[in-house]
Amino acid sequence: MRTIEQTTQEVLELAAKHFQVGAATLAPDDDFFKKLGIDSLQALELLSRLENHFGIELPDYEVQGVSDFRTLAERIQSRL
Amino acid sequence: MLDLAKYQSIGAALKDALETFTSEVCLIEADREREKERLTYREFSERTIPRAKTLQAAGFSAGDRGAIVMTNQFKWLMSAYAIFYCGGVLVPLDYKLTPEEHWHLLQHSGAKVLVTEYPIWRQLAASDARAGVENLQRVFVTEAPAKADLAGAQRWEEALAEGQPEFVPRMRKDVATIVYSSGTGGRPKGCMMTHENYLEQCVALTSVYPFAPGMRYLSILPTNHAIDFMVGFFGPFICGATVVHLRTLRPEFVREAFVKYKITYVSLVPLVLKNLQKGLQARFDALPAGKRKIFNALVAVNKTFTKGRPRLGLSRALLKEVHQAFGGELRAIIVGGAFSEPRTLQFFYDLGIPVANGYGLTEAGTAITVNDLKPFRADTVGKPLPGMEVRVVNADAGGIGDICVRSKTVMSGYLNEPELTAETIVDGWLQTGDLGRFDATGHLQLFGRKKNMIVTEEGKNIYPEDIEMVFESLPVKEFCVFAANYVWPQRSMVGEQLILALRLEPGQTFTDDLRREISVRNNRLRNYKRVHGVVIAKEDFPRTASMKIKRNVLAERLRELDRETAILPL
Repeated sequence: MRTIEQTTQEVLELAAKHFQVGAATLAPDDDFFKKLGIDSLQALELLSRLENHFGIELPDYEVQGVSDFRTLAERIQSRL
Repeated sequence: MLDLAKYQSIGAALKDALETFTSEVCLIEADREREKERLTYREFSERTIPRAKTLQAAGFSAGDRGAIVMTNQFKWLMSAYAIFYCGGVLVPLDYKLTPEEHWHLLQHSGAKVLVTEYPIWRQLAASDARAGVENLQRVFVTEAPAKADLAGAQRWEEALAEGQPEFVPRMRKDVATIVYSSGTGGRPKGCMMTHENYLEQCVALTSVYPFAPGMRYLSILPTNHAIDFMVGFFGPFICGATVVHLRTLRPEFVREAFVKYKITYVSLVPLVLKNLQKGLQARFDALPAGKRKIFNALVAVNKTFTKGRPRLGLSRALLKEVHQAFGGELRAIIVGGAFSEPRTLQFFYDLGIPVANGYGLTEAGTAITVNDLKPFRADTVGKPLPGMEVRVVNADAGGIGDICVRSKTVMSGYLNEPELTAETIVDGWLQTGDLGRFDATGHLQLFGRKKNMIVTEEGKNIYPEDIEMVFESLPVKEFCVFAANYVWPQRSMVGEQLILALRLEPGQTFTDDLRREISVRNNRLRNYKRVHGVVIAKEDFPRTASMKIKRNVLAERLRELDRETAILPL
């Protein structure tokens, strides 16, 4: 079982890879819309990638209003 | 299609539709690849009647207000029908608002009943803003887990009162819905839409884009949105067509749904349309050189033959693979909620997929103008729909002026705001606040706005007053949020942004700490509501005798600054 720290780190790494930015430039409390310069559709793409990676389903309502990596990782952790 | 001229209300028309198209499929609901529900019109009616009875048993009666805060799903439509059946007034709220915003509007609307989903209710129930909202008497919650704490709500699934409820008739001029066009954080603008507004709008729209049994509409825009309410509920229902709901809007499942359910119509906001364009273009670019050459030649042939009007059969034959990716039966993509770029519209039309672009605002129902495709004009928002009078007043030398509308689809007014209503509807003409021009063939072209607001590509209307509260007590002398294009008018309706105008204290400078403080507060707003940059005012803000900021005068003063250098990015 992953710890929340590990999950958060994996979320950051996957986001960095998906949007081709340096992983070191992203921090857990960053607002991913702003930091990555993405729109809501691109955020949905990232969610699909995270679901595949963690082997879970994240209903849309679980991520409604979430905009930082830490909260996103917490929502994922609760379904692992 | 039912003859809507015979009906007095949405509820009466829906009731007849359910009794007319009994064996047609009315709704399909899917969650990812799993189909969860498939209901005929008869089944829809059978499952809704007990909910209407439950509402009546709870004392919900004619003129009472019932709010819905739900994602797109079949229970949204059932709840709406139950409210109309009881003669109630529907208050459809955007499920993407924050709990505080929801409570604010629930209070303002005077809603007596709320129907919502458990994940949303969990947040609403935990919000401090719940205190003091005394008008709300009953809450029905869908899909709550077995042992969930319902915090005073009732399970929607168990709202099954026995017996036949009384159908409560309403008249055309009665209010059918209260739709909020803005005011989540400031002065709520609840548009009171009458039954007549919807009946007339439906007749106008279906005359150009008809529905029929067997047609399938994919519901992606939120159903609280005027477009989805009309073309994803009322329109298809009174024609016996099918509405398809998806519980997740991930692009891969939306793509699958087109093929699986052979979709006839879909409504999208410009952001999603552009994303689709990007995906298709990438696939075309990846074709081997030879195939690409053939593909481009086929597109050219299609363009030639569809110049005057769409020829769906020909386009589907010429560009088979493209059309099959959309299920092979797509007649048109309806795009709305915000301004679409002509080149995106043209991209789809050249592939043989007409895009029904138009122009509308909540206050005037769903649509005022729409492209009738005879011929397709990507550079315009089409011609006025039947029954719409549109005029351009105070025009400049180039014919560009204020767009005003008069029709039976214009709202009766803003809830509890007679003065604002009188400013907005003058002698029966709705002052849209948008700038436009008619071309020689009667097509309307849009050229920006006069009003201080923006519309995002996701179709969200954002008014500066609604987000200012997040900057309260900012350590500056005074502040004010503006639409940048209101300060510096642009002949454009894309890429709109908000700015924060600041007046610093004497001797104060714009430090990194202040910038950080603004960013932190800005990030508390939903991403689409955030300000883009800061403008430092050189003098104190002009104010009225009651100390309200004179926004128009302040905007004029800021206009003297150079836009490019004045906006400091956050």
